[in-house]
Amino acid sequence: MEKYVKEKKGKPKGKKALRFFSTGMRTELFLVMLLGLLIIFLTVKSDVFFTASNLKTLTRQASIYGIIAIGMVVVITSSGIDLSVGSVTGLSGVVAALSMASGASITISILIAAIAGTLIGLVNGILVYDGKVPPFIATMGTMTVIRAVIMLLTNASMISGLPREFRNIAQIEIFNIPFLFVVWLAIIGLAWFMTKKTVFGRNVYALGSNREAARLSGINIRRTTYGVYMFSALVCSIAGILLTARLGNGVPTAGSGYELDAIAAAVVGGASLDGGAGSVIGTVLGSMIMATLRQGGVLLGVNSFILEIIIGSLIVIAVLLDKLRR
Amino acid sequence: MSLEHEKIIEVKNLSKEFPGVRALDNVSFDVKKGEVLALVGENGAGKSTIIKILMGVHIRTSGEIFIEGKAVDFKSPLQAERHGLGAVYQDINLAKDLTIAENFYMGQLPKTKLGLVDYKTMYSETKKVLESINVHVNPKSIISELSVAQQEMVAIGKILHLKAKLVIFDEPTALLTNEEIEQLFKIILMLKKRNVGIVYITHRMDEIFKISDRVTVMKDGTIVKTVNTIETNENQLITMMVGRNTDSMYEIQQAKQGEAVLRVENLSRGKSFQNVNFEIKRGEIFGMFGLVGSGRTEIVRCIFGADKKDTGTIFVNGKESDISSPQAAIAKGMALIPENRKEEGLALDLSVATNTNMVSINKVSRFGIIDSRKSDDQAEKLVERLRTKTPSIHQMVMNLSGGNQQKVVISKWLAHESDIFIFDEPTVGIDVGAKHEIYKIFEQLLQQGKSILLISSYLPEVMGLSNRILVMYEGKQMGILEKSEFNDEKILKLASGIR
Repeated sequence: MEKYVKEKKGKPKGKKALRFFSTGMRTELFLVMLLGLLIIFLTVKSDVFFTASNLKTLTRQASIYGIIAIGMVVVITSSGIDLSVGSVTGLSGVVAALSMASGASITISILIAAIAGTLIGLVNGILVYDGKVPPFIATMGTMTVIRAVIMLLTNASMISGLPREFRNIAQIEIFNIPFLFVVWLAIIGLAWFMTKKTVFGRNVYALGSNREAARLSGINIRRTTYGVYMFSALVCSIAGILLTARLGNGVPTAGSGYELDAIAAAVVGGASLDGGAGSVIGTVLGSMIMATLRQGGVLLGVNSFILEIIIGSLIVIAVLLDKLRR
Repeated sequence: MSLEHEKIIEVKNLSKEFPGVRALDNVSFDVKKGEVLALVGENGAGKSTIIKILMGVHIRTSGEIFIEGKAVDFKSPLQAERHGLGAVYQDINLAKDLTIAENFYMGQLPKTKLGLVDYKTMYSETKKVLESINVHVNPKSIISELSVAQQEMVAIGKILHLKAKLVIFDEPTALLTNEEIEQLFKIILMLKKRNVGIVYITHRMDEIFKISDRVTVMKDGTIVKTVNTIETNENQLITMMVGRNTDSMYEIQQAKQGEAVLRVENLSRGKSFQNVNFEIKRGEIFGMFGLVGSGRTEIVRCIFGADKKDTGTIFVNGKESDISSPQAAIAKGMALIPENRKEEGLALDLSVATNTNMVSINKVSRFGIIDSRKSDDQAEKLVERLRTKTPSIHQMVMNLSGGNQQKVVISKWLAHESDIFIFDEPTVGIDVGAKHEIYKIFEQLLQQGKSILLISSYLPEVMGLSNRILVMYEGKQMGILEKSEFNDEKILKLASGIR
């Protein structure tokens, strides 16, 4: 057909190369470069930055935010949003602490906390799919309600006296790598595999890209929606347990405001709030960049308000550059 | 040159390229003051691309546009509006929840001395404009409360209110009754007298001869010819539009017909359609014809489980089947190639491979884990089989042309090996070459013992391809015609509610 423009004809020479540039890899490449520059800059500017102990602190801090952001990017890819991540993180932490305080074993307490958190995800899924409540509103509702429930459960006070073995979770290292970071890596691997290689993952993209086309293609929208919110809540529960271990106490306000950092990391990583686009690796890089900026700023003694201005601008600029590039 | 022959708009060597497709190729035409230029051509000929460029929605790749002799360069719809261009689209784009007057003054509300909205002026001015074209409705009415015809008249009024010098009508009669069409034509004549230039896009031959001064025929993104209306006739225009003998286009090899694979009894859904009965045999193309709003699409959506039926029974392969969701329909071997492929058929920002495997993903996966090699193979095979033009199976579907996008929709059902294919307006917005290829796919399907339900608004297509045709009118089944009974006039009469 002569209508077809010439250069698109025939098979491209390097299929791999073409795929590399056409699947959003460039966002990730850009972020790797940005992170690299940031690390080089901080290493040059500060003697402390590139030391083992500092990097360990950095990864411990980044891990908890990073885990939550991975749940968020999956929800955003399905064209939803989950504002309840911070509250779910707080809930699971407090539930774990309360169970341990009442004498349950660490394993049982962690299980109970994970189940409690994941159930909130199911509630979100039911509200969004069956109740047809816009995700923003539904999860804003659960966010508020759950935070209040946490306050009621704890009388708004800290739960202390957690077993040392539990608190150690945040301190132990495997081959010199903080355990928190190992958990994050495991979740990254799992989420990457899930989004790229499983039917569920593909269905999430289809749902986010075009809900009606997905439905008419026989995709189970209900199951996919439930799955997305439950996955988000599950990883938040894990983050909440780790956060509690790190803090050493059950803190009722833990996790407050984490939803915005998670959204920022996902969006910097190339996710579109319209759905259908989102990358686990991009989100991980987004989380790392934000954590590095925060910590580097502190090391260099940058005024914390100035630091927030830089981070806020970075979020917008990253998205702006991405839009311009497309 | 006398004033009345002055050109309002002149387009020279206009071209437009989309990624992978040349939508317009060196198009030139002009419209004079007080003239109606009919723009005709098959779906996908490039008519809508022209309007979108003129109205500032798309930016041209090359070429020049002159308005009253001055070169212009629009980058937004607002600029086009300011230069005196207005368009009435088929799906009227007014703000449905606002009043007529608010629509007229959108973005330029008049203010009183206190800085508040001057409703008095708005209402009186709006009323004046509407009455000048003999439209008598209250300017305070909310748009969504008006009939479609009234909305269209209001849309015309809005354009006049903006002092348009050139008005583009895009298939304005598609949703109107005969009387309403008469009223529209009166308005158009009135506009001519006021020296407004008009571009009139239509599929209906009779309207061309009734209202236009000249006709420009388009095909595959180029202009075939511009002729004076009185110097041509219907056959000549059709030959120019199609560029080939239409009859041979629809000749497909007949297959052996077998037992009924789908039977529908007393199917009804609210006001959409009532009491529909038919059956489709193995190896046949069962046509469904009707004008917009006749309920065709609603019927197939119901059969496919996309919408709920009120009453009725559906039998697949002789067995009563409870089809309550698309999943259930797909399990019974049904496939739906929907009318709006972009809204309902494709995930545009995902790849050809992902779209192709969307229905049959379980075939290329185990325990929920996808075998990438198998799924890529599947997509490669179908790209080859349908000769889909794409640089790679990992290309985003968004970047393909309409015809190739449609092939991707079809391929997702071929991958699933469905039995009953429901095609809803499969060739809208597709060029002639791709159309031909889609008919070839029909042929293959029939040879494999599959069945096709074909909805089409294009009479030659539905008559040329179908073994039988069911005609709908306002939700009522007007009859099923056998091939020997096919006749344009008869079908059109039934589709207009005349037995």
